[in-house]
Amino acid sequence: MTGPTPGSPIADAATATAAVEPIAAGAVPEAVAAAPPPRPSRRDWLLTDAPASRSQAAWGRRYQGWLAFRRNPLAMVGLGTILLMLALILLAPVLATHDPGVQELGNRLAAPSPTHWLGTDELGRDVWSRILYGGRITLGMVVAVVLLVAPLGLLVGCVAGYAGGVWDRVLMRVTDVFLAFPRLILALAFVAAMRPGVESAVLAIALTAWPPYARLARAETLTIRGTDYVAAARMTGASPARVVLRHVLPMCVPSLTVRVTLDMSSIILTAAGLGFLGLGAQPPLPEWGTMIATARRFILEQWWVALMPGIAIFAASLAFNLLGDGLRDVLDPKQR
Amino acid sequence: MNARLRALAATAASIPITLLGLVVVTFFIGRVVPIDPVLAVVGDRAPADVVARARVELGLDQPLLAQFWRYLTDILSGRLGRSVMTSNPVWEDIGRFFPATFELATLAILVAAVLGIGLGVLAATRQGSWVDQAVRVFCLAGHSLPIFVLGLVSLLVFYAWLGWLPGPGRQGVAYQDLVEPVTGLLTVDAAIAGDWDAFRDAWWHLIQPAGILAFFSLAYIARMTRAFMLAELGSEYVTTARAKGLSERRIVWRHAFRNTLVPLVTVLFLTYAGLLEGAVLTETIFAWPGIGQYLTVSLLNADMNAVLGATLVVGLIYVALNLLADLLYRLMDPRTR
Repeated sequence: MTGPTPGSPIADAATATAAVEPIAAGAVPEAVAAAPPPRPSRRDWLLTDAPASRSQAAWGRRYQGWLAFRRNPLAMVGLGTILLMLALILLAPVLATHDPGVQELGNRLAAPSPTHWLGTDELGRDVWSRILYGGRITLGMVVAVVLLVAPLGLLVGCVAGYAGGVWDRVLMRVTDVFLAFPRLILALAFVAAMRPGVESAVLAIALTAWPPYARLARAETLTIRGTDYVAAARMTGASPARVVLRHVLPMCVPSLTVRVTLDMSSIILTAAGLGFLGLGAQPPLPEWGTMIATARRFILEQWWVALMPGIAIFAASLAFNLLGDGLRDVLDPKQR
Repeated sequence: MNARLRALAATAASIPITLLGLVVVTFFIGRVVPIDPVLAVVGDRAPADVVARARVELGLDQPLLAQFWRYLTDILSGRLGRSVMTSNPVWEDIGRFFPATFELATLAILVAAVLGIGLGVLAATRQGSWVDQAVRVFCLAGHSLPIFVLGLVSLLVFYAWLGWLPGPGRQGVAYQDLVEPVTGLLTVDAAIAGDWDAFRDAWWHLIQPAGILAFFSLAYIARMTRAFMLAELGSEYVTTARAKGLSERRIVWRHAFRNTLVPLVTVLFLTYAGLLEGAVLTETIFAWPGIGQYLTVSLLNADMNAVLGATLVVGLIYVALNLLADLLYRLMDPRTR
C-alpha cells in the first residue's frame, strides 16, 4: 500500500458505531458462556466457525466484509477522505480561521497567505472558512437527497415487484417517464417551477433521483419473491406487508447501499452544477458550486478563488466513488 | 419469432405512454410555476380588462383537464408558444440553437468512443497491471470531476496561460456571419462554402468544449469496454483460439472485441444521450450558443415557454436515442432473434 492509510483506527471506530446494533450487550455473554475459561479474543469470537448465536454469526459476516474491504487500498482512501471531510465540516467553527460571512473589502481577492490560507474572495471573505461552512451546505444537500430518495425508491420498488400486476406496470411507467429526462435538465425545470434555493434544489434532485433505486429494488424483489423462505413466510400466514417489510426489503439493502454510495458523487455534481448555474443555493451562502459561479469572473487573474471549491467538490465526489467501488466488491460481488 | 415480435410490440406500446408522461410533467411544471403566465404576456402594468382578456385567450379560465388537452394539441401541432426573451416562436429558437449542440456532442462522442474503447481494451488485456490501475483511476477521476471546473481550468490553461486555443464562443469575431448557414454546423457550412479560414476558426473553437465533453463520457465508455472485454477474454472460445496459436492481437480484436460490439453500441447511444446533460454546463462555460445555454438563459429570465419547450425537446431526443439503442441491440444480437 503506497498511499497513507488515513486513520484506520478512526475508520474502525466509525464502523463500530455506525453499525446498526450495539455489539457487546446481548451477544458477548452468550459466547463467553459457550466457551468458558480462556476468554476468546474479539477477533476469534468474530471469526469462529461455530457461532453460538444469530447475532454472533451476523457480526462475524460483517467483520469478514470489513476485512475484505480493508484489503482494497483505493476504497480505504475513499473512506478516509469522507471521514476526514465529515470531521472538517463538523468542526468548522473550531477550524475556521475567520467568520465565513465577514467582508474585508480592503483585502479583496488576496492570494493564499498565512492569515488567509486559501486567499480571499471578491468581498474579502476568507476562502478556507467558506469552504468549511460550504461543505455543510453541499454535503448536507446530498445527505438530505439520499434520506428522501433511498427509502422511497426502496419501498416503491419492493411494492411494485412484490405486488406485480397493475401496480407494477403503473409504478414502472412512472419511473420510465422520470428516466426519460437527463437528470440535470429535469432538475433545472423543477427548480424553475419553484424558487431557486437549497430546499428546491434538494427537492428537484430528489424527484429526479429516485427512479433508478425503484428499478433496482424491483429487480431484486422479483428474484427474492420466488425463493422458498418467502413462500414459507407466506404459508405461516404472514401478511403481504410483513413479507415485504421483514423478508424482502432487508435483502435489497446491500445492493441499494452500493448504488447510493456510487450515486452520491453524481448527486454532489448535480447539486454543485445547480449552484454553478445560479439555481441552487443562492449567494451569499458559501455553497461550493455557488462559490465557483461568482469566482468565475476572476478566473483569469485570481484563479485560486474558483479552483479551491472545485477541488473540494472533486475530492468529495471521488471519495464516494472510491468507497462505492470498494463496497460493491464486498457487498454485491455479482454486479462487478 | 413470436416472442420477439411481442417484445417489440411492448416496447413500441410503451413509447407513447412515456411521451405522454413527458408532456404531463412539463405541463405540471408550467402550472405550479410562481410566475403568473398572464402577467408574463401582458406585463405587470396592464389594466384589469386586458389581464382578464389575456387570461381567457390563454385558456387559463378553463378546468385543468381542458387546459391540458389544449397544451397537448398545441404540442402535437407544433406550437410550443413564443419565447418572451427572444420574441420568436420557441420552435424556431430551438431550430436555431440545436445545431450548435449537435455539432459539439457529435464530435465529443466520436473522440470519447475512440479513446474510451482504446483505453478499455488496453486495461482489459493487461488486467491487474499498473496500466489497468492507471486507467481505473483515470476513469474514476472522469466520473468525479465537475465538468464546469474542468472547463474553467482548461480555459485558464489553454486559453489564458498558453494561448494555444481560442476562448469561449463558436467562432472568432472576424468570422461572424461570414459563411452562409446551410446545416447550422459551422464546420460543415464553412467546408461547403469552401472558406477554409472560417473552417479552421470554427474547428479551433470546437476543440476545447468538445474535448471537455468527451472526457466526461470517456470514463464511462472505457469502464464498460473493460468489463465487456474481460468477460469475453475469459470465455472458452478465446482459450480455443489461444490453443490454436493465433496471435494475441488477432484474438483481442478479431475475436473478443467483435463480440463486445453489440453491448458497446448500446453504451455509446446512452452516452450520446447523456451528453445533452453535460452540454448544459459546458455551453454555459464556453458561451456556446446551443440548446443548453438557451435553456439556462431562459430559466434565469423566467421565460417558461422556452424552458418547457427546450425541456420537452431534450426529453424527446433522450427517449429517441434510448429507443434506438434498444432497437439496435435487438437487431444486432443474434440471440434476441
